[in-house]
Amino acid sequence: MNPSDAFAQMKFRDPKRARGLRDALERLVQGADHAPVSVMHVCGSHEQAIAKFGLRAAFPQELQVIMGPGCPVCVTDVPEVDEAVALAKQGVRIASYGDMLRVPGTSQSLADAKAEGANVDVVYSVTQAVDLAREHDEEIVFFASGFETTAVATAAILVDDPPDNFSVLSAHKYIPPVMEIVAEMPETKIEGFLAAGHAATITGSAVFEKFVERHGLPVVIAGFEPLDVMAGLVKLLEVINSGEPRVENAFPRCVTREGNVHAQKLLWRVFRPTGGRWRGIAHVPNGNLRLRDEFAKYDTRKRFTIDASALWSYAPPKLVQQCQCGDIMAGIASPSDCQLFGKECTPDKPVGACMVSAEGTCRIWHQYGGRPDLRSMKRGAA
Amino acid sequence: MCLGVPGKVIEVDREMQIATVDFWGVKKEVRLEVCDAPVAPGDYILNHVGFAIRRIPPEEAAETLALYDELLRLADEQDLMTADVRAELDAAPDATRSPKVAPDESQ
Repeated sequence: MNPSDAFAQMKFRDPKRARGLRDALERLVQGADHAPVSVMHVCGSHEQAIAKFGLRAAFPQELQVIMGPGCPVCVTDVPEVDEAVALAKQGVRIASYGDMLRVPGTSQSLADAKAEGANVDVVYSVTQAVDLAREHDEEIVFFASGFETTAVATAAILVDDPPDNFSVLSAHKYIPPVMEIVAEMPETKIEGFLAAGHAATITGSAVFEKFVERHGLPVVIAGFEPLDVMAGLVKLLEVINSGEPRVENAFPRCVTREGNVHAQKLLWRVFRPTGGRWRGIAHVPNGNLRLRDEFAKYDTRKRFTIDASALWSYAPPKLVQQCQCGDIMAGIASPSDCQLFGKECTPDKPVGACMVSAEGTCRIWHQYGGRPDLRSMKRGAA
Repeated sequence: MCLGVPGKVIEVDREMQIATVDFWGVKKEVRLEVCDAPVAPGDYILNHVGFAIRRIPPEEAAETLALYDELLRLADEQDLMTADVRAELDAAPDATRSPKVAPDESQ
């Protein structure tokens, strides 16, 4: 392989622009008064694009692009999974997005409960869960996961008069508050954040302005094309080097400062932010989205007495104790730092939540390889 | 799951807040109640779990579509991004509504 073809091989639509952006990254990292420069993104789709298109091979060696808590399924905490498993084992029919089935609870996942005969349906949308409720007389619980982008869909369903046998067990999460937590973790040394374009489509870029004020760390919103990601990183490094932290929107074709105000109103009409643990990370004030009292009749937690204590009598298997998902989601460790990664822990037999979900760092690295060693090619191409 | 998938609006039922949307030749029904702007036939929308979360003006669509063209062209069932896009397509029901426009007599 001709090393100068490295960029063509990386499937850039516009290799010339890709080279320009890579050169800009090199220049900006050299222009920083320290090394390495560490930035964090908080979106599984960003990590997929970075890993799939081999972008880390094009990044300067001194630039660390770390995935943070960007996988809503992965950060769903054990007690939340236990609630769904306990309900399923009580005979309640559960509908959820596919990745949620294999996320481990204290002793069982929803998939385990299903294997034992519980009634668990995989749906692709909350609308399909409502359709199930319309088609059947029994109670249907929608175990809802996802960040604000997905929570808006759940909200739209709840204001649209769903059937009485439908309820929502919300494990929805809100991204801005967890950025505050990760920014303050002394181990992470994060100098700036790349925010997810489509979540920002809903929230607008303004939602990050207070964060920047409080933490002095810049936020740049970026899209999901390989070139969008690189352009976002160039902008982020420019802002870091300028010494004037601010919010920049590198994805203007999708994101405005105000965002989708109509969707925000819908989101906050149905949900209230409340504190709760994110798996492996920390208690995140205002990080969980729960149904407001006005929608209590659709709130699974108000509708059922959920007793998960029967699930707690098992000691966690030894492998789980070695799992490093928490540190990986906080950006302190990489999947390759975990001794289970690719050995005892694989997509077929996941130990931790990060290997379960298609948006989990470990799952993504397992499929694409997280740090393809193309650096020699890149040097050759330079 | 954050990726969404863009499609072209064929028809809009304003009363029901539902659009018939063409995704690479497959027609689906997408709900409009959380969309940021009114949409019309010819516009593109970004579909996430069966809802349009954003209107994409036609002149900006090409740039957005390119990534998806590649993901679907490769059609690798194992690929996480392709699977994500396919799940977003599965999230919207197939369009079953009878077209409001009279069918072309010549066909």
